[in-house]
Amino acid sequence: MKLDLRLPIGLMFTIFGVMLTLYGLVADPAIYARSLGININLWWGLVLLVFGLVMLGFALRAQRGLKSSDTHSTSTP
Amino acid sequence: MQQIHLGPIDYAILGVYFAFVLGIGWTLRRFVKSSEDFFLSGRSIPAWIAGLAFISANLGAQEVIGMGASGAKYGMMTSHFYWLGAIPAMVFVGIFMMPFYYGSRARSVPEYLKLRFDEKTRGFNAITFAVMTVFSSGISMYALAKLLELILGWSFHTSVILSAAIVLAYIFLGGLTSAIYNEVLQFFLIVMGFLPLVLLGLKDVGGWSGLTAKLNTVATHAGYAPGAWSSSWRHLDAASANPMGVEWFGLVMGLGFVLSFGYWCTDFLVVQRAMAANSMTAARRTPLLAAIPKMLFPVLVILPGMIAIAMHGTGGGLLPVESDGTPNYNLAVPVMLAHYLPSGLLGLGLTALMASFMSGMAGNVTAFNAVWTYDIYQSHIRPGQSDQHYLRMGHFATVFGILLSVVAAYAATRFNNILDMLQLVFAFVNAPLFATFLLGMFWRRTTGHGAFYGLLIGTAAAAIHHGLVLPHGATPGLKGAFFGTVLHTYPSEMAQNFWTAIFAWSACFAATIAISLATKRNKSDDELKGLVYALTPRLTDHEIVWYKRPATLAVLVLGLTLVLNVIFW
Repeated sequence: MKLDLRLPIGLMFTIFGVMLTLYGLVADPAIYARSLGININLWWGLVLLVFGLVMLGFALRAQRGLKSSDTHSTSTP
Repeated sequence: MQQIHLGPIDYAILGVYFAFVLGIGWTLRRFVKSSEDFFLSGRSIPAWIAGLAFISANLGAQEVIGMGASGAKYGMMTSHFYWLGAIPAMVFVGIFMMPFYYGSRARSVPEYLKLRFDEKTRGFNAITFAVMTVFSSGISMYALAKLLELILGWSFHTSVILSAAIVLAYIFLGGLTSAIYNEVLQFFLIVMGFLPLVLLGLKDVGGWSGLTAKLNTVATHAGYAPGAWSSSWRHLDAASANPMGVEWFGLVMGLGFVLSFGYWCTDFLVVQRAMAANSMTAARRTPLLAAIPKMLFPVLVILPGMIAIAMHGTGGGLLPVESDGTPNYNLAVPVMLAHYLPSGLLGLGLTALMASFMSGMAGNVTAFNAVWTYDIYQSHIRPGQSDQHYLRMGHFATVFGILLSVVAAYAATRFNNILDMLQLVFAFVNAPLFATFLLGMFWRRTTGHGAFYGLLIGTAAAAIHHGLVLPHGATPGLKGAFFGTVLHTYPSEMAQNFWTAIFAWSACFAATIAISLATKRNKSDDELKGLVYALTPRLTDHEIVWYKRPATLAVLVLGLTLVLNVIFW
């Protein structure tokens, strides 16, 4: 595959997750009147963070698997 | 409606998204070496990516804004676009049609028509399709710019130029692969951006039971039985019993069969994604895998509209109201975003919305440049050039495709009727097309003349039907009855569209058979190998694990869809 798509997806959602979680921690709680009093930035930020990290994990594992199978195939004559 | 104020965090999220979109295009640029890389991703896309792109390419403005609007206007019956229309059609294209599309090595849907029938059938399809995609992309751009002007106060020009420039950049760099990758990115954005909205909305109305109770008030207020907004099949015995104004036959035949199969099985915009898959099995699994998230989409796109009308109808006054007192349904989704999402998540929701508009545009542009280059330029204007020549033409077609879309977007601001009329004409052209494909793929006796003139007759039948009937409450003109006499009045535009499609399909089907029988076959059995069902060796999937076989997936998808239909009966 040309570019493992899970890499940019994972990266982007990890960044979004960090941004929203941090914003949820520092922002004025008054803005959550809209979201029924729930600090939705914090909670959803954490959901995005987990999703992003899982995607990244898959991408990195696939890459490592690819590399080790490469070295394996080159080492056998 | 009052304008939304975006904070720095919202702009930052939007900025990160744009950076990723352009970054993907930039990374993919070095993989584009031949025209097939540019137009068909070198047929190297794994099934899951092709599948998500298959539904995302269709998930443009019309889907996100339109399905939300329909959810508010018609309620649960809107789910028929998914559970009656799209899903069975996607299963059909995966199981029965993909073997011919992918197996024939055709590079586009019009090219399949050329292989199966003749040049004139291909030309007709290629030209109408090319014009249609440019205008669809222009309409998407127009809708986005209008929406941003309304809810954010951005200038129309800024939105048009910004969206056109970004889409141009990433398609120009990475071709179809870039478009597909960004469609998948957009798929996850839509899910992640809209899900909190749905959860908050549902919590606010008191869950599903609270929602149905509120929708019952909406329904009785509008003069229907209490469940009219919250059940999908129960009120279909008469057209007057439901807000959509259709009865079960018109719905099943018009929407479920002709319109949905016509779109999902013959529209190159979506079929192109499956053609880019890396193997025949992957190509067949593309629409089947796509069907799984597709059947859950009503939660994301229809439910917000239903919640909006429930809140509006029970004293909330949520939606802006038109001068004649009806709520502005088209704003259901944007209003919900503004109502529930605080700064931060609002940025994510708006990014998802913009992403869906832009990938709708990109989908149209990539389909346009392939059809233009292969089916119009290569076959009629400059045949026999080198592959690099056609690759350059593909880049060039991307630029002028987008320029034409910008022109169309501006035309829409001035001559709204012209675009409405064009859309009407395309509907006439598209409605009969599925009959041509069905006969072409399953009846070897179908001839080139039969297909071409059958299509013309089907298109004419659509126009004539539309010209003699009128939806309730409309004045003769674009909405129908342009021949001056009104033979029949339908309860709604939706019903009129369904019946126009039914007439067009039946006329094309009958005419193609009659003309084919009266004309000589222009292709021998040998030439039709791989293009017609009876002359193509059956695919055996024995070497694939049973749970990965297309047939297994198809049964699973249809079974789940049936369950959903029963639950929300």
